[in-house]
Amino acid sequence: MKQKHWRALQQAYMVLIFSFLYVPIVVMAVFSFNESKSRSVFTGFTLNWYKSLFTNSMILDALALSVAIALISALISTVVGTMAAVGISGMGRKSRLLINNLSYLPIVNPEIITGVSLMLLFVAYRGFAAWANAHMGAELVPQNIFGLPTLLIAHISFSVPYVIFNVSPKLRQLDVRMYEAALDLGCNPTQAFFKVVMPELMPAILSAFLICITYSIDDFIISYFTCGNLQTLPIAIYSMTRKKVSPEINALSTIIFLVILAIILFTNHMDSRKYRRDQQRRG
Amino acid sequence: MVQKKSLAAPYLVWMAAFIIAPLIIVVYFALTDSAGNFTLDNLMTIGRYSTVFARSLILAAVATVICLVLAFPVGYFLSRLRTSKQHIMQMLVMLPMWMNFLLRTYAWMSLLEKNGIINRILGLVGLGPFEMINTSGAVVLGMVYNYLPYMILPLYTAMTKIDQSVVEAAQDLGAGMGKILTRVLIPLSVPGIATGITMVFVPAVSTFIISRMLGGGSNLLIGDLIELQFLGNSYNYNLGSAMSLVLMVIVLLCMSFTSSFDDEDMEGVV
Amino acid sequence: MAGGKVPPQRPTAKGDLSRMDNNVIVSLQNIVVDFDGQNILNGLSLDLHDKEFVTFLGPSGCGKTTTLRVIGGFVEPKSGSVFFDGKDITGLPPYKRQVNTVFQKYALFPHLNVFENVAFGLRLKKEDDRVIRSKVLEMLEVVGLKGFERRNIATLSGGQQQRVAIARGLVNQPRVLLLDEPLGALDLKLRKEMQLELKRLQREMDITFLYVTHDQEEALTMSDTVVVMKDGLIQQIGSPEDIYNEPQNAFVADFIGESNILDGLMLRDFRVEFAGNEFTCVDKGFARNQPVQVVVRPEDIKVVPAIQGQLTGMVNEVIFKGVHFEMHVEQGGHEWIIHSTQASQPGEVIGMCIGPDEIHIMARTEE
Repeated sequence: MKQKHWRALQQAYMVLIFSFLYVPIVVMAVFSFNESKSRSVFTGFTLNWYKSLFTNSMILDALALSVAIALISALISTVVGTMAAVGISGMGRKSRLLINNLSYLPIVNPEIITGVSLMLLFVAYRGFAAWANAHMGAELVPQNIFGLPTLLIAHISFSVPYVIFNVSPKLRQLDVRMYEAALDLGCNPTQAFFKVVMPELMPAILSAFLICITYSIDDFIISYFTCGNLQTLPIAIYSMTRKKVSPEINALSTIIFLVILAIILFTNHMDSRKYRRDQQRRG
Repeated sequence: MVQKKSLAAPYLVWMAAFIIAPLIIVVYFALTDSAGNFTLDNLMTIGRYSTVFARSLILAAVATVICLVLAFPVGYFLSRLRTSKQHIMQMLVMLPMWMNFLLRTYAWMSLLEKNGIINRILGLVGLGPFEMINTSGAVVLGMVYNYLPYMILPLYTAMTKIDQSVVEAAQDLGAGMGKILTRVLIPLSVPGIATGITMVFVPAVSTFIISRMLGGGSNLLIGDLIELQFLGNSYNYNLGSAMSLVLMVIVLLCMSFTSSFDDEDMEGVV
Repeated sequence: MAGGKVPPQRPTAKGDLSRMDNNVIVSLQNIVVDFDGQNILNGLSLDLHDKEFVTFLGPSGCGKTTTLRVIGGFVEPKSGSVFFDGKDITGLPPYKRQVNTVFQKYALFPHLNVFENVAFGLRLKKEDDRVIRSKVLEMLEVVGLKGFERRNIATLSGGQQQRVAIARGLVNQPRVLLLDEPLGALDLKLRKEMQLELKRLQREMDITFLYVTHDQEEALTMSDTVVVMKDGLIQQIGSPEDIYNEPQNAFVADFIGESNILDGLMLRDFRVEFAGNEFTCVDKGFARNQPVQVVVRPEDIKVVPAIQGQLTGMVNEVIFKGVHFEMHVEQGGHEWIIHSTQASQPGEVIGMCIGPDEIHIMARTEE
């Protein structure tokens, strides 16, 4: 086949695939401006659905909850995970292998299983708490924990492994001699860790933190089983889709898309700027 | 570097309490009845739902194969681009992944409806309205749409490691397109294929959202069944746990099968 | 020893460490080190003198780097003691020793610029900012990196990074500077320049440099004392001339420079037989007819017309090496290596003369 034809075929195929990926999103966006509630006939242009979205208290509350949970769980996960990564790297091969394999569990397990298992754990705990409280005659052990505590526990549980697997490679790549150099120059082990090892780990720690936030905000299935009566953003979206009437959903989808797009463009810009600055420094 | 192993202690405690213990509880519930006595009844009852399990496996497998076929050229073409372009295209592939899963599936609902856009466009050409939603086909379509990027990325990563000179060497030695594919590209991208299959098949076989939103009530999957036992109308923790156990076994089998081909660990994909 | 720069005294005897004007600054006693089930050092004992440039020389795996790391505090010996200036520092961690290290791959801190890298140790001692500034700038000038303070480590060349590493170690005014094959990654010309630089620095700073290398030419160029090691054992200690001219065993003879090594018989004092011929030599003290090993340097063999030679041989190969010609000559079943500024022809029969001074006798070692 001629080079030209091959190239054209390549491009056509890529356009096809990318259209497949983006057309539904674009259609959603288009109909977010639709006058009527129809999802197939475009009657007129309006911003009403966006306006009503901003006054939709269910969505706004859910958004606030999702953001709060994401930040808190990501923070805790990053700290615990980084500590774990450092601790694990100092272990023998067999221990490391065992812990790493177990840490893979939340990542490879279907989310429904993680969600269901956590739910059962909390239900069992609730049963135990009820028994204990009845035994003691007073409510000393907190019983109804479904809600914020369970959500936080769940989100931390599935986030920490990602932190470990993000920070561990950076730890392995670290030049041990750098740590020794710090000792050589007068640092005790703790000082050496914070002054020399941590700065090297920072990029991995930061990206792990961002990954945790992303996965937390986006999580539906695990939150679904552990939220009790609370609604995170995805759960609120789910209940909206079950009612499947209002184009507010379209508006929400479009906003989310634009936010993600903005973040991508921003990080891309920052990356290329850093790249150019490094190139200049070399020259 | 002499790292303090005790730093890992908080994590290990957490892992035991919230990852391992819950799974043990699932096994416990799976093997007991509501009174707490040991029984295999739950596992036996699953036999009644064999059609559901079969459907899940088949649909997930079909979706995985379609994803593989569609994603393979994408991964290859992407890996041949200039590095600067690769970065942007990689972002474009990942963007839909970061959009909310529910919204993406919902988007297809409005497209596939009887009065949806696709039917209206086909109507303009005279083609009658097709019953697209609430079919197994819609479920597969939903799976493919949602998980395609998860197949593209590992394939792309694996193919960036295949230097162009290898392909050119094959051409030099007389291999046509087909031979290059079977003798060079596929063997060299096996780790990516293995990862991709895992990352598509596992969520596909366990989903309940896609089947609920696009499949209607007649296309129940394992995920739906499980959900029904725990939060739905059926309310049988023991049965649900048993189903979860079976699902875990299925997933474990899939993963041990593909990991025999996978020579790198998943850290890069994370 | 009052503040002035006293040049180290040149020993005259075989590997003589008795120039006791210089104190012993580091003493290793019966150091045993195991690693990964293998024994690296087995009872190593060694005295190192203050203000000397000492090089540990040997092939890979001989234990020279391990010895250095024991002194630095990065390797704890299974048994044995390390003394510093008379005090036992065996259990002391690196950050408590008055020793600094220049690592093989420099181990600079990438998140700090040149100034902060060099200042690192000083900042830990919480010295005054102005003092730090003046010390760092002065040290950068000493290593030839004036003006480089703000530079990013990643933008420096290998040679520049190496000099930052040296500055970082020296600025803390250690009594001893350990250098672990620091010139390995540099190209030949730069390496030779840096060898002279390091020698100059050591003289200027008037402290002990402990240097590790596998390059014997490097060791001969820079050192006051050379410690030749193999398989965790010291083969010979001495000045470069001593090691070169009077190797104590076949290994040292073979490792340092090129040698012709043959089996021989010490007939009596000043008379030795080898290569089927008798020669006058300058060694004595061996038993009559004692089997020995004879070492002759390639550049010490004079090429003469065949009739005039003590030995006659046939030239197999002539290789042009720039500085000299290297000739491989077959004689009596042995291939001799001869260095000469004049080339013979392959196939030519030549005569070889070896003066008494150029024959080095060693007791035969069990191989």
